[in-house]
Amino acid sequence: MTHLFVVTLCVYLAATMASLVYFATLREEIRTLGRWLLAGAGLVHTVYLVVRYLEVGHTPLTSNHEAVSFMAWSLTWGFLSFRYRYKVINFGAFVSPLISLLMLYAAFSSAAVRELPPTLKSGWLPVHASIAIMAYSFLALAFCGGVMYLLLEREIKHKRFGLFYKRLPSLEDLDNLNQHCLAVGFALLTLGIITGAIWAKHVWGAYWRWDPKMTGTMVTWFIYAAMLHQRFTVGWRRRRAAIMAIVGFAFALFTFLGVSYLHQGGIHSFLGGDLPVSEERF
Amino acid sequence: MSADTFLVLGVNHKIAPVEVREKLTFGDDCSLPVKAIGEVEGCEECLFLSTCNRVEIYAVSRDAEAAAAALRRLLFADTGLVAADAERYTYVHQGLDAVRHLYRVASSLDSMVVGEPQILGQLKKAFRDASELKTTGFLLNRLLNKAFSVAKRVRTETNIGASAVSISFAAVQLAKKILGNLGDKSVLLVGAGEMAELAAEHLVGQGISEVVVVNRTYERAVTLANKYKGRAASLDDLLPQLEQVDILISSTGATGLILKKEEVKPVMRSRMNRPLFLIDIAVPRDLDPGINELDNVYLYDIDDLMNVVETNKAERDKAAAMAEQVVIEEAGKFGRWLEGLRVAPTIADLKKKAEALCNSELEKTLSGLSGLSPKEKKSIAILANSIANKMLHDPIMFLKADDQAMERQARLSFVRGCFGLDGPGGRNAGGLGSDEPSGDPAS
Repeated sequence: MTHLFVVTLCVYLAATMASLVYFATLREEIRTLGRWLLAGAGLVHTVYLVVRYLEVGHTPLTSNHEAVSFMAWSLTWGFLSFRYRYKVINFGAFVSPLISLLMLYAAFSSAAVRELPPTLKSGWLPVHASIAIMAYSFLALAFCGGVMYLLLEREIKHKRFGLFYKRLPSLEDLDNLNQHCLAVGFALLTLGIITGAIWAKHVWGAYWRWDPKMTGTMVTWFIYAAMLHQRFTVGWRRRRAAIMAIVGFAFALFTFLGVSYLHQGGIHSFLGGDLPVSEERF
Repeated sequence: MSADTFLVLGVNHKIAPVEVREKLTFGDDCSLPVKAIGEVEGCEECLFLSTCNRVEIYAVSRDAEAAAAALRRLLFADTGLVAADAERYTYVHQGLDAVRHLYRVASSLDSMVVGEPQILGQLKKAFRDASELKTTGFLLNRLLNKAFSVAKRVRTETNIGASAVSISFAAVQLAKKILGNLGDKSVLLVGAGEMAELAAEHLVGQGISEVVVVNRTYERAVTLANKYKGRAASLDDLLPQLEQVDILISSTGATGLILKKEEVKPVMRSRMNRPLFLIDIAVPRDLDPGINELDNVYLYDIDDLMNVVETNKAERDKAAAMAEQVVIEEAGKFGRWLEGLRVAPTIADLKKKAEALCNSELEKTLSGLSGLSPKEKKSIAILANSIANKMLHDPIMFLKADDQAMERQARLSFVRGCFGLDGPGGRNAGGLGSDEPSGDPAS
């Protein structure tokens, strides 16, 4: 792990602290500070990714460390992009801890640079992997929105206004946010699956293999597809949509991280970690 | 010579009953009273504020007692009240008390509904009117600008205006929390009582797009609907109407429930689960409490809303206590700034600064020179001091003179700024350069 990564991690932690302090105190200047810190962290992180790219000689998306760090990066920029669409107060208090957790996870994963197997050396690697991970980060944003929705809704429903009533935007805003993130996330997920299939065809001559990760991804895709379908046909919106966004993301996270651990021989088990690299992966 | 001092003379809802206040209505045009006040003897600067709950005159005067008496006579001239009554129904604050009072008014701490935001706008308008007529000068301009920034500070630091402290306001706030922007939402009034009307008025004020009225007697429904350019429907149409709207306010005199959970459930299905906010302000209740258990439906009855209001009131009182602290702190700062505007301390500050400069420069120079006799050293020190004193002579004369085009306070402020007497760590953090110069003809 390089110094640059540690710096990035620290700025992320500072941004998280600021957004939590803002959540507690609602002081405007802290909000601004948190936003700048997060944007700063995003920039330093971008530099880190470029440096890493130059260092390893291929798109840095092949180990747990790299994939999770990239997810934190795209989560950050996905979140910051909302500034121009919606004003979702205190969204940062929910998103930035998640970013920090991902970064800590990346920090404790091995950052060792390993040789890339020849089959992974392809122009499809950056395309497929970055789209897939960006899909996960938008689904993660929807997850945060879903959690916020349920917390606020609970207070309104039970008529006991506590921590969240004053601090969260309206239920309507949160539902819109969810819908937006789910739509973008789902589109990217679909695109990720398609690019993966094309790549697979190039390498193996077949579009699909029932590798655990791919199976998991397919199930995730169906969950979200069903959710969006229900939303537009019978009106699964708001509360139910929030619950579904949480369930869907839990499953996506399991696919993203869990499958790699449980089934370490598969193609998507990332390189690095304690795995023997020489092992045949295909 | 006695110094200029701030003065406020006023009548508000706390001290005077409405019978007295209504005699003091001046309408929208404050220019007439301001002009008259400006002509009162001993009144150097003035500002006139008139709202439904208060009439106040802010002034700067050398002889506050006499000015207050003259202003009171002027204010009550057409009311037919005897002087003793006029005195009983007015308050007068001087000096820093007046400053504090203005800060409290601007921050809405002195309002009937503490924290309501209108007063600041009214005060700004009064200030604009007065400065257009040039009845305000250096001191009032500074004071008012300061009051506006104090009000802003109070608002951002204490959340004083955030809480809804009336039932209908609380209902509107909840509606916004549930439905977001109300601009494309509609409301259904069931029953055309006074409470329903009040709530509807608030909602229309928030830009709600449509009002539908359902009532036992159709004619009454039509009358009320016309008032809000809405439409009326009959009570039998309640459920189909419920499919269309986003908010329902029920206030019928019915003895039983008019809407049951089993009836609302299918409505939600045909609404595609779009959220519904139901407000039941009727006693006995109109709406089945079980409705609240449905997904995306929020039902508040009169007690629920009362609870919200009570909680908000407690919170607002806490905020008000914090705001009072801010006001005291800011008034203190302003007082220190005023203090600096007296001539003698300014001259003393100037001399002190020159002396300090001389000493430090002399020390630097003399320590670098060797072989000077004590006598020579003394001559150099005298030279430095006399240059500094000659330099200060003109600014001091400028301060002391009485026939300058610039007002004395403006000159003081100018000189203090020129020589950096209020610089970082200086005696007065509440003073110069910290607020916008707008409406400040002296600067």
